[in-house]
Amino acid sequence: MNVSTAVFYLIAIITVGSAVMVAFSRNIIYSAFSLLGTFGGVAGLYVFLGADFVAAVQLLIYVGGILILILFAVMLTHRITEVEVTNRAAGRIPALIVIGVLIYLLLQTVQETPWVKAKEITYAATTGRIGDLFLENYLLPFELASLVLLVAMIGAVVLSRKEIKE
Amino acid sequence: MFSPNELSSYLIIGAILFSLGLFTVLTRRNAISVLMGVELILNSANINYVAFSHYSSGGLEGQIYAIFVIMLAAAEAAVGLAIVLAIFQIFHTIDVEAAETLKE
Repeated sequence: MNVSTAVFYLIAIITVGSAVMVAFSRNIIYSAFSLLGTFGGVAGLYVFLGADFVAAVQLLIYVGGILILILFAVMLTHRITEVEVTNRAAGRIPALIVIGVLIYLLLQTVQETPWVKAKEITYAATTGRIGDLFLENYLLPFELASLVLLVAMIGAVVLSRKEIKE
Repeated sequence: MFSPNELSSYLIIGAILFSLGLFTVLTRRNAISVLMGVELILNSANINYVAFSHYSSGGLEGQIYAIFVIMLAAAEAAVGLAIVLAIFQIFHTIDVEAAETLKE
């Protein structure tokens, strides 16, 4: 086993183990911090897949943005002493059966489908080409994305401000 | 079978993440935990996009879609958590069962 394979196994274990913590932990603070491992591990997988720009975006937006938002929401909505009570989970047995069947079917599909293979697998810097694609083939979705972000920003401000009663 | 140069190993990780995210969404009664499960599901979809773009198409389209999904996840988290905070101000809990009425 060479170094890159070992690193891949380590990243896979961190990713899946943290996700298990998110799903099963009784304490919501542990769940929130375990998301850090999952997001970081997924960024590592992107590096293995030759997607350097997506890995950087994953770290910047998920770890730097979404995770911080989630942590703020956890801190703002819980009295810390009650944390273990408030992360209630119900109906675990039926849900376990559902995801057991689902994961069996998904793994079976992964093993048995003859996936199309690319002619050659390239490892090259992607940032420049992604920028070109955004401003040529994907210009309309790119502009729509900025509109969606503006609407989301205004929506979040409107929803979370305090109503001033006259 | 499970090596860094195989498409199937990434698909397996994506499948496991998806199942765990679905489990979180199904079982948690806490709105923030449900949002965490949704983030896990979006991440698993992104792994599949990037893996297929690397091993099957050889182009960059999958990575572009992954970036759009990340962008929508950020918007979803911002609006979703704002709704959670608004619910908390009204009901003083974020149990999703408490918020099933349409008004106070």
